[in-house]
Amino acid sequence: MSDRSTRLLLLASVFVIATCGLIYELIAGTLASYLLGDSVTQFSTIIGVYLFAMGVGSWLSRFVGANEALIFVRVQLLIGVLGGCSAAVLFVLFAHVASFRVLLYGLIGLVGTLVGLEIPLLLRILKDRLEFKDLVAQVFTFDYIGALLASLLFPLVLVPGLGLVRSAFLFGALNVAVGWMTLRVLRLHGPPARMLEGTAAVLLLLLAAGFAAGGRILEWSERSAFEAPVIHARSTPYQRIVLTRHGDDLRLHLNGNLQFSARDEYRYHEALVHPGLARMPEARRVLVLGGGDGLAVREVLRHAHVDSVMLVDLDPEMTRLFSTQALLTDLNAGALTSPRVRIANADAFAWLGTNTQRFDFVVVDFPDPSNFSLGKLFTTTFYERLRTALAPGGAVVVQATSPLVARRAFWCVDATLRRCGFQTEPYHVYVPSFGEWGFILASLEPLPELSALPAGLKFLTVEGARDLFRFPPDMDRVPTEVNRLNNQVLVRYFEEEWGRYAP
Amino acid sequence: MWRGRTRRQFLAGSAGAAALAGAGLFGVSRKRRITGRIVGSDAAVGHRIRDGGLPAPDRQERVPVVIVGGGIAGLAAAHALRSRGVEGFVVLEMAAQPGGNSVSGANAVSAFPWGAHYLPLPGPEAGDVSRLLRELGVILGDDARGLPVFREDFLVQDPVERLFLHGRWQEGLVPNLGLGPEERGSLDAFFHRMAGFKERRGSDGRPAFAIPLDASSTDPELRALDRVPFADWLRLEGFTGESLRWYVDYCCRDDYGMASDRVSAWAGIHYFAARRGEAANAPSHAVLTWPEGNGWLVHRVREPLGDRVRSGLAVFRVQQEGATLSVEAYDVQARRSMAFLAERVVMATPRFIADRLLERNPKARRDTVYAPWLVANLTLESLPEGRGAPVSWDNVWQGSPSLGYIVANHQSLHPVPRSTVLTYYLPLDATDPVTARRVALERSWDSWRDQILDDFRIPHPGLSDQVLTLDVMVWGHGMVSPAPGSLWNPERPESAQPQGRVHFAHSDLSGISIFEEAWTHGIRAGREVADLLNPA
Ligand SMILES: Cc1cc2nc3c(=O)[nH]c(=O)nc-3n(C[C@H](O)[C@H](O)[C@H](O)COP(=O)(O)OP(=O)(O)OC[C@H]3O[C@@H](n4cnc5c(N)ncnc54)[C@H](O)[C@@H]3O)c2cc1C
Repeated sequence: MSDRSTRLLLLASVFVIATCGLIYELIAGTLASYLLGDSVTQFSTIIGVYLFAMGVGSWLSRFVGANEALIFVRVQLLIGVLGGCSAAVLFVLFAHVASFRVLLYGLIGLVGTLVGLEIPLLLRILKDRLEFKDLVAQVFTFDYIGALLASLLFPLVLVPGLGLVRSAFLFGALNVAVGWMTLRVLRLHGPPARMLEGTAAVLLLLLAAGFAAGGRILEWSERSAFEAPVIHARSTPYQRIVLTRHGDDLRLHLNGNLQFSARDEYRYHEALVHPGLARMPEARRVLVLGGGDGLAVREVLRHAHVDSVMLVDLDPEMTRLFSTQALLTDLNAGALTSPRVRIANADAFAWLGTNTQRFDFVVVDFPDPSNFSLGKLFTTTFYERLRTALAPGGAVVVQATSPLVARRAFWCVDATLRRCGFQTEPYHVYVPSFGEWGFILASLEPLPELSALPAGLKFLTVEGARDLFRFPPDMDRVPTEVNRLNNQVLVRYFEEEWGRYAP
Repeated sequence: MWRGRTRRQFLAGSAGAAALAGAGLFGVSRKRRITGRIVGSDAAVGHRIRDGGLPAPDRQERVPVVIVGGGIAGLAAAHALRSRGVEGFVVLEMAAQPGGNSVSGANAVSAFPWGAHYLPLPGPEAGDVSRLLRELGVILGDDARGLPVFREDFLVQDPVERLFLHGRWQEGLVPNLGLGPEERGSLDAFFHRMAGFKERRGSDGRPAFAIPLDASSTDPELRALDRVPFADWLRLEGFTGESLRWYVDYCCRDDYGMASDRVSAWAGIHYFAARRGEAANAPSHAVLTWPEGNGWLVHRVREPLGDRVRSGLAVFRVQQEGATLSVEAYDVQARRSMAFLAERVVMATPRFIADRLLERNPKARRDTVYAPWLVANLTLESLPEGRGAPVSWDNVWQGSPSLGYIVANHQSLHPVPRSTVLTYYLPLDATDPVTARRVALERSWDSWRDQILDDFRIPHPGLSDQVLTLDVMVWGHGMVSPAPGSLWNPERPESAQPQGRVHFAHSDLSGISIFEEAWTHGIRAGREVADLLNPA
């Protein structure tokens, strides 16, 4: 190969490198604003860290000795894998690592450092083939053109066409290809060069596989990460709280599981509270267990006869968030700051153990019994404790998962409440974002008929509320065991039934 | 869409991946110093009792009844005295707190046992135990069928047991994964046979195997089983196979501190056939447990006894002087001795200590075998999960000399997983008890720590990074072991008979060491004394 074409190819690689370098930065910035919200902060910190890391890389290049060509190839391959997999890794791990930022900035720093090494090394490789002034001029020209190309490609072609995950894999492959080409163009031989050639081939295959599976990776990670932009994310000692918003659809996820969607939560919460509470016109004291979002409390407060609401939620961060953030207090109508409401941040089991007050109505709105710890909140022991907090004539309503998906689980909650001496009236409601959902109204004495509902409801009517208590055959009662601490059958039913539904 | 469904396994997997990625990217590897020590009464006081040289008493106190030993049996004797209106007694306990083998500890994370950690549902013969459980509110009442209703937060919570086998956890302790038809057949046949023993009644109408064991049938055919080692009996009966052998040895070591070749067949079968308790709200094989193990029972029984329980007093001599018994005790804190002058004494110490204190000649008896034990409590940042079945109360793995660990805060009702205390049990039966005891008492904390963490590496390779503290306790004379021939011989019942003004209570008198035996003997001895003091 002539010296001229060698030069040209190497300069072309500057172009590719520059494009790739900027693409990784853009991907990280987009991903961070997408997952963490607040895009101004995300973009500026990502760019800052990336540029700084590039500076570190450039400085480090002075420690590279005479074998700069081989090092350059290694750097290419490394950038190829790290950058190429960056989007997939960040997406997949987002919902599951304790501090996402460490991972994010660590990865960005690493890629930036490696990218910073590239140009100085290339300059050194080319220095004997070009005049210094030409060298500098040409390298930086290609570098900036590459940057321009990247910044245009990214929003116009890559994000809409390929998506972040696949774009990253594609550019990773380009980096590896540059490495491989360099080996060829510079006619590098010997065992290390052969090793590198083999590695490059393997990496190319890997990245191609990643590219092919990109759609599935995203689909899979989006089930745990989120479809809509994240506007708030925070890990507390108890859970990971994530709020997303897409247009008017505000959603709360706890540990990656949807808790409500602002579009249809009124169906859930109206159905949770009113079919029971509206039948107790005398009820004055209400207890809400779980439900730190204040949405059940909002419905409770519609009843003017209720003069005090006690909310017990484990996580102080939840109740703080839902009593201070404007978007959220709009949603719960400022329920948590109402003078009628008191909040205790405690574990409901323990709280009931020391509680001496009696309540006329109790709303039990815990997460589904998806593990043995949560399953305890649905046992005879728990309901026995709950009974002690009930005033004479009082009633309880319990969210009890989907009777359609987890039929035995739902009826197991019913059987457990009955075993504890409650009379039960199970009912269900359709909530689009959840599906068919079930509740159990339980009392020690029969409740009067429903005759009126508070004003301002969007979903429930007196007629409609009566219909909720009818179960079609595919959700109707099935015999189950009673859920106890020493058998935890509910968790077993639940896992089996939801497992079949969403493997 | 679903509400609140978690992907437990997935989470565990990706947390692992993230850790790996983190470690790989940044080269981080956490190494923390684990703190800990050897806790418990040092053997030194025991040796001084044996070798003499404790100061002579410089004070005296008169009290109608002295109970020597504040273990389960001693506390039971005190309990029986009080319930019969006798208030004039003291319980002298050598250790810093009462409880003996059922003693417990606590830290910021959880209470935990140092020895006994559970109690099976009491069967029809264990009336004294059932009465206690009713008094303490563990049994709340009876249902329509007359079955006792237990407090459900004291019944061991599900999941109860898991076994690490072929690289993953299975539910239950009976090996199940990857068994051939022959092994499975052998296990089935064995359990069928044990179920037969459980049902069986002797010609005297008594159950073949009962708790307390003195309520068992006297049929010679059954009692003859005591003369054969359990392992021999199994072989003779054709119960073979690796899995069965492992499981049976696990059970024997769990209850008796020694494997099936060193315990009598009667005792071995007793473990499987004597638990005939029933409950309205639990299956018959359920057990009762608390974070502090049977320490919960100790605390509840001890509470009403108030300052009549004197801890830190080691009795070193019991002498009869006319109608008065002089009980001499060394105050471990004050380093001086005092004498209690009593009308009656209940010896609620292990038998070898009672012999020594009474200056009896023990040579007439067969030597009792005591199994030494090591118990460790490890405080961890989080629960150790692993592949397969979820963390259970009792977690066991094959290929280990230990019996695995129980999760002390398993009974906690707290909904979010967090730090935990694991109680690790290791019967020291690799050599003969005398050697094992001597070696164990000489070992340093460091060497125990290394051995224990090594053992944990089988099921939990990364566990040592999670450990915050690791404390160990060595039980030199952990529990009496039912060696072949030790249960059904003429001497054993005799040793429970009062001698003059001295009465006897301890699980050693039964030859097997379980709560029910200790409690029943204590109640019996307390009644003997109460009946003599107020012959109403
Ligand atoms: C590791 C281990 C695990 C166990 N697990 C279980 C279990 O899960 N369930 C179960 O039912 N049983 C278990 N046991 C059996 C346990 O031994 C009995 O449950 C019961 O605690 C025995 O009580 P005891 O009163 O008969 O004897 P001890 O507990 O031996 O009581 C004797 C007491 O006398 C004191 N003493 C001794 N000498 C003197 C002296 N000179 N002066 C003053 N005091 C003295 C001792 O300090 C001790 O407190 C376990 C035992 C061990 C060692």
